[in-house]
Amino acid sequence: MIETHNLRKTFKSRKGAVEAVAGVDLDVKKGEIFGFLGPNGAGKTTTLRMLSTLLPPTSGEATVAGYDLLHNAAKVRYEIGYVSQEGSSAPEVPGRSELIMQGRLYGMNKARAQQRAIELITALELADCADRATKTYSGGQKRRLDIGIGLMHLPQLLFLDEPTTGLDPQSRARMWEEVRKLRDIGTTVFLTTHYLEEADALCDRIAIIDHGKIVALGTPDELKREVAGDVVVVGTDDASDRVLHLLRGQPFVREATVGDGLVRLYVDRGETAMPQILRVLDAEGIPLASLSLNRPSLDDVFLRQTGRSLRDAA
Amino acid sequence: MKMLRDTWLMFQRYLMVFLRNPAWVVIGVLQPVLYLVLFAPLLKSLTETPGFPSGGAYNVFVPGLLIQLGLFGASGVGFGLIAELRAGVIERFRVTPVSRFALLLGRALRDILTLVVQSLILLLLAIPFGLHPTVSGVFVMLGLVALIGLGMSSLAYAAALALKSEDSYAPLIFTLSLPLLLLSGVLLPLQLAPEWLQHIAQANPLSYAVTAARDVFNGHGADPDVFKGLAIMAALAVVGVLVGARRFSRAIA
Repeated sequence: MIETHNLRKTFKSRKGAVEAVAGVDLDVKKGEIFGFLGPNGAGKTTTLRMLSTLLPPTSGEATVAGYDLLHNAAKVRYEIGYVSQEGSSAPEVPGRSELIMQGRLYGMNKARAQQRAIELITALELADCADRATKTYSGGQKRRLDIGIGLMHLPQLLFLDEPTTGLDPQSRARMWEEVRKLRDIGTTVFLTTHYLEEADALCDRIAIIDHGKIVALGTPDELKREVAGDVVVVGTDDASDRVLHLLRGQPFVREATVGDGLVRLYVDRGETAMPQILRVLDAEGIPLASLSLNRPSLDDVFLRQTGRSLRDAA
Repeated sequence: MKMLRDTWLMFQRYLMVFLRNPAWVVIGVLQPVLYLVLFAPLLKSLTETPGFPSGGAYNVFVPGLLIQLGLFGASGVGFGLIAELRAGVIERFRVTPVSRFALLLGRALRDILTLVVQSLILLLLAIPFGLHPTVSGVFVMLGLVALIGLGMSSLAYAAALALKSEDSYAPLIFTLSLPLLLLSGVLLPLQLAPEWLQHIAQANPLSYAVTAARDVFNGHGADPDVFKGLAIMAALAVVGVLVGARRFSRAIA
């Protein structure tokens, strides 16, 4: 559904050129929910805007929904829907009018557009507010309308830019349901997010992007498995660098990183590693503030690839 | 064909948006009405001044007032576009296959319709004061206003798309529209101006529109100046549409 080779975007500013997307290779399959995970400013939105015809790439190649993005953007536009982060409806226009307008822009006749609008209003539970101006909508209603606008013409592929940013937990869960329903009817979804839980719970496959480059790609489980074993988190008062230095050399530690005053140790078996860690620190007389054993999360994947925690990087 | 259909869709949309808040029609007319009531009477005592065009104060002043309505009305349209940019509406349209030309033209046609309606209201209001309109005069006048509306609103949209913020758009249009107004001869005929001022005014396309409008309201409808004014406004409209359409079709980063 999406195939890119060495896709790049360079923005020129007064300070010089900034490479927002530095060579992205993607292969998104039909019918999957593909997540683009990364901190703010990593190049997620820029990539999405290139793939949805809003921004011409500086170089590289891309095929989107069967058409060459660079030479046939007009054809691509008929096949894709796009839901931006900023919203898409005019404050003084009722939601139903926005939906019908959108359908008409894709060539639907009036009757067809009205009928499709009713389908979406029902499916997205917007009946209560469909005929009110969108400025009166709640955050969740507004986001559902945005999705409805993106789906009006039954696109094969839907782009969602940060679909749940700014939503309360309930509306977020609701949005996840809507996205899963899309997969059930065969729509391919390409979304960006900086929420680890969202990528983990919602996406079939994930690409982790940082500084304009993809640093990891796979299913959430595959990515977590790459980290392998357990994560032991050691907390000390002001001694994290020393602890890192001491433990990094231990044979049972595969990798170690430090951040936020916490040392994260990647080990094969957490149960046996913990007593050994205690012994080493005891021998050096370093007082321990906390010690915990965790399963690897996507944050560990990110941390391992970039040396930073996604929570901090944002 | 698709371009015409898309333009019609856009026109309907923006007309609906406008009609949801019809107060703007009144607000747009209010300023020229104030000129009509509070300024035009001053001209009555000037009609005897050498150089003042014949035809009476209102037949001289009202045509200019309509040109001013066109200028001010069209130069403010960018505010609505900036609000839409911020709401993400423009980006949403740009992802659809809609004709880029229609994005501009649909809006501009709505602006023209608004200006024509406002002009008619103003003409009707001016009759009790002493305006004597002619049918051909009204048609030429509305043609001029429509062309100014098309040209100026297209340029205003191009500026709004380039600047993307009210904070830079507002100073730009206020800075530009005042000299355009002063150098057009709307308030007082340029025949009263010293020669150097008349020379500068010749560089202002709107001054030709004002001359043409005045001629056609004062029995000189066949004067070459009328055709000159219409031709210059048509050229302004073409340039404006080309500049505006180019802006709409370019990517907005």
